[in-house]
Amino acid sequence: MTSDWKPAEMLKERPTADLSRLSSRGLLLGGVGAAACAAGYVMVDSLQFLQSYLIAYMFWIGLSLGSLALLMIQHLSGGAWGLVGRRVFEAATRTLPLMAVLFIPIALNLETLFLWARPEAATDPVLVAKAAYLNPNFFYGRAVLYFAIWIGLAFTLSRWSKAQDETAPVGPGPLDRRFRVLSGPGLVLFMLTVTFMSVDWVMSLDPHFYSTIFGVLTVGGQGLATLAFTILVLQGLSGSKPISDVTSAERFHDYGKLMLAFVMLWAYFNVSQLLIIWSANLPEEIPWYIERLQGHWAPWAVVVLLGHFVAPFVLLLSRDLKRHGRMLSRVALFVLVMRVVDLVWTIGPVFRHESTVHWLDFAMVLGMALPWLFLFYRNLGSRALVPANDPYFEEAVINEGH
Amino acid sequence: MDHQAQSSSQVYGLMAEFDSAQALLEAAQKVRGAGYTRTDAYSPMPIHGLAEALGMTERKVAPFVLAGGLIGCMTGYGLQFWTSVIDYPMNIGGRPFHSWVSFIPVTFELTILFAAFSAGISMIVLNGLPQPYHPVFNAKRFSTASQSSFFLAIEAADPKFDAGQTAAFLASLHPREVVSVDE
Repeated sequence: MTSDWKPAEMLKERPTADLSRLSSRGLLLGGVGAAACAAGYVMVDSLQFLQSYLIAYMFWIGLSLGSLALLMIQHLSGGAWGLVGRRVFEAATRTLPLMAVLFIPIALNLETLFLWARPEAATDPVLVAKAAYLNPNFFYGRAVLYFAIWIGLAFTLSRWSKAQDETAPVGPGPLDRRFRVLSGPGLVLFMLTVTFMSVDWVMSLDPHFYSTIFGVLTVGGQGLATLAFTILVLQGLSGSKPISDVTSAERFHDYGKLMLAFVMLWAYFNVSQLLIIWSANLPEEIPWYIERLQGHWAPWAVVVLLGHFVAPFVLLLSRDLKRHGRMLSRVALFVLVMRVVDLVWTIGPVFRHESTVHWLDFAMVLGMALPWLFLFYRNLGSRALVPANDPYFEEAVINEGH
Repeated sequence: MDHQAQSSSQVYGLMAEFDSAQALLEAAQKVRGAGYTRTDAYSPMPIHGLAEALGMTERKVAPFVLAGGLIGCMTGYGLQFWTSVIDYPMNIGGRPFHSWVSFIPVTFELTILFAAFSAGISMIVLNGLPQPYHPVFNAKRFSTASQSSFFLAIEAADPKFDAGQTAAFLASLHPREVVSVDE
């Protein structure tokens, strides 16, 4: 791009046609999924319905939270990739109030989903010992605190970005420093809340199991899903202004490299957890893996290994693929599907010992896409798509610096 | 040695000296635009986009890194498999001899180690290093290439090279000076 660019024009540009095309494609899939969920609600029992609901919920909140993490990371790290993805991250974080509402069905059915919330937990000495933490009132209180922190961070950062769009550009100073001042402690709070969230909402499904790396593993999966989702959105909008001006092969290369790094990070966390539990060989921990690596779920462990790690890892080694937006977005879509499979493989075996993957798991993920994507695209279209007033935007994105 | 090479065997090429990285980058783009292929640039620091401007788009190191990584991966796993399963099997806490889970860290480490070694070594070898002598050292002011000056060389071996025309072309790029470099 030449240097005669106009930030004010770039801030006004809206790829209306592309946005509505992507949005309607997402909503169509979501509509089909929602119809299938409605059918599932009638056809299957409520336990199966709630399991699938929890899996889908963890997938979509993973995109909201992963976006919050990457938003704060790019505020701290700088770099062209972050400036290009910033508005996508912000639009995704502003779906968190929706996720708070969608949490209500889980909160209302604690006894169905969580062993520790049932009356018979009083007869299990291990659960009695954990009751100070694992009890419904404290669980609700923590959930309220998580959402308060996430929504507070997300909407404060979004509000400041909006202010930046609406005022004349200024050089580096307090108005962009405040993003970093909040993002630093914000990331610490994020890691703590998401760690406890993953313990509360996923790990405590099997209240005898414990793994200290579980929270980090959850964050890694969220980051990977968010990068894949962001690649798909940027590729979908790369045909028209203003995204076409800022997504060069260089930017897709950046996102491809980050996705490769997160594929490896996710695998590293997983291997660490497996290696420690396998080496220790403790009776409290190993049933979790015996259930998932042997018997009915064994083929799905292979699918996760090959599809979630080996295939994307080998594909993303290619420099040409990473620089090719369309090819990269296909890998990204595949990674998103594998994220769902990984969540099914993580959560499903808690409940299903004789069966494995249920069609409702996938239908529910699609069904929840309906409200999530609707809100996401509305958020995305309501603001400028590039932070053209950011003091580092010209240097990093327009002049292709570092 | 054929006749063409013999006639210009005393001259390595022509070298232009520039005062700034920007001037070097622009000159490199023009030299490439004019169709010269056997060129090289020398500067005190890395310049973003210079390699692309000179048309250096080949990535010969990559396959060596991949091969090194694969060999490292197989060496790591093979070493542990050989020692723990074939050569000296030991019962450790009742675990199977072929404990693939505990083989992963060493396999991973050797993959990275071999890939890194082959990246470094293949880079050095493909660059023709170590190379104690290079004709550009014959240029008087070349020692400043490590401090303050930016040089662009066109080799006499370039198919488009012509002592007179190439010198005139380089002079048109507003260099500080153009010198002929002996072999």
